[in-house]
Amino acid sequence: MGVGIQVENLNAWYGNTHTLQDINLHIPANHATALIGPSGCGKSTFVRCLNRMHETNPIARATGTIRMGDLDVYKDASPVEIRRRVGMVFQRPNPFPTMSIYDNVASGLKLNGFRNRRILDETVERSLKQAALWEEVKDDLKKKSGASLSGGQQQRMCIARALAVDPEVLLMDEPASALDPVSTSKIEDLIFQLKSQYTIVIVTHNMQQAARVAENTGFFLNGKLVEFDSTHKIFTNPRDKRTEDYITGRFG
Amino acid sequence: MNKLPMNQPKPSAINTLRRQGMNHLVTVLSVLSTILVLAPLVAILVYLIYKGASSLNLAFFTHIPAPVGEPGGGMANSIVGSGVILLLASLMGIPIGIAAGIYLAEFGRGRLLANAIRFTADVLNGVPSIVMGISIYSLIVMRQKHFSALAGGVALAIMMVPTITRTTEEMLATVPHAIREAALGLGVPKWRTVLSISLRTASPGIITGCMLAFARVAGETAPLLFTALGNQFWSFKLNEPIAALPLQIYVYAISPYDEWHRLAWAGSLVLIVMIMIAVTLVRIFANRGVLKGAS
Repeated sequence: MGVGIQVENLNAWYGNTHTLQDINLHIPANHATALIGPSGCGKSTFVRCLNRMHETNPIARATGTIRMGDLDVYKDASPVEIRRRVGMVFQRPNPFPTMSIYDNVASGLKLNGFRNRRILDETVERSLKQAALWEEVKDDLKKKSGASLSGGQQQRMCIARALAVDPEVLLMDEPASALDPVSTSKIEDLIFQLKSQYTIVIVTHNMQQAARVAENTGFFLNGKLVEFDSTHKIFTNPRDKRTEDYITGRFG
Repeated sequence: MNKLPMNQPKPSAINTLRRQGMNHLVTVLSVLSTILVLAPLVAILVYLIYKGASSLNLAFFTHIPAPVGEPGGGMANSIVGSGVILLLASLMGIPIGIAAGIYLAEFGRGRLLANAIRFTADVLNGVPSIVMGISIYSLIVMRQKHFSALAGGVALAIMMVPTITRTTEEMLATVPHAIREAALGLGVPKWRTVLSISLRTASPGIITGCMLAFARVAGETAPLLFTALGNQFWSFKLNEPIAALPLQIYVYAISPYDEWHRLAWAGSLVLIVMIMIAVTLVRIFANRGVLKGAS
């Protein structure tokens, strides 16, 4: 089951650039939350702070408090532990090219030393079914490289790979922006089904997508969270002039 | 726009002709260069077969060198000796070279130590092999007071390291950052990501680098003159002088005897063929288990 995320006074820097300024918000458990905003506004940096991927860049740093359930992300656990509980799907599908489909999906478990064959088999099947890819790949799970799938299939495989480690939160950084409309709608259907079990945070440039999949939406601009509210409210009756300008296409 | 006279070809047609002509010219030039590069290799191989094949027989692979004047004899001890020295060199050189390459690519980016290692490796790559031989002579042979297979192995290992280090670093640098992030994002520790993801993805290139380094030192004579020394008899001890194909070829080639000259040609042929077989075997072995669609 998913957990809620409480973010307090989050600030982040790349070198001397202050990319996130005093972010405060609550992301509810078992809901999909969309983050919108123009390129470079800090939404990717924000999700990368949630699973501490931000700090893999040597010039990056962050301050503030992020709580996931009872866990203080920056105090109570190592980045490695956090990332096992917070799965991530990236903008471009990034399968491990030397691995079969099976090994790609099982990689999170296998690379952490998990070896039980029966449980691995079950997990791979469950994750691929959750990602709606099982029927398409079940016959050559171990024969074909993960990189030989189409772009949309690769992205669903990457979602299965993230789900296989049984995370509580799933971060998606523009997961459909490199995909065609058919694959995109499959990914959106997936998000719809997955949000009953996981807390989903999705970054998107596509405002219709945010409206379709998310209960709550946050609008980022120049490193600040301008407005955070229910998706319906943001798209029909935003409080802030800048939000309204953005969603009506006046800039961005 | 001005209209062009009807009887003249349009400018675009002239351009097309010129482009096609240029295309053909460059194609011909590249084919010529390829032939120019391959010609010496083929010439050497053909000449070696012509000069050496007639002296090859079973005895060459099973007997040790015969005394002067006595017919027959072979290079069995040299073939085995070369194998022993190269095995020693690979066991020492390949792990150290790959480990150093991993440090440079994955952990040392922008650090002073990494820059120093990179510079040292490049300088080491340019050190003449005879200098390597003399250095190991004074470092190991003088101290131990005798020549040895081990000293020969160390000399060749040091010659392998810089090539392997730099290729490993370059090949790791070609692994897309997105793949590393995928692993880190799954909660895989950095060391595990490097070993199981980066290194594995880069492995075809790294294996090629190791093969290049191996093939290069397999024919080296100078570093062995002062270290392994050579041996006319069987030796399987690592702390004794040992025979090696390049050394035996060298000794036979500068001798005044025709019989020995013929054996030197045969030895050269065997050396080249053995390097080719070793490289091919590693390629076949490394390509096994590569999945459909993996690039």
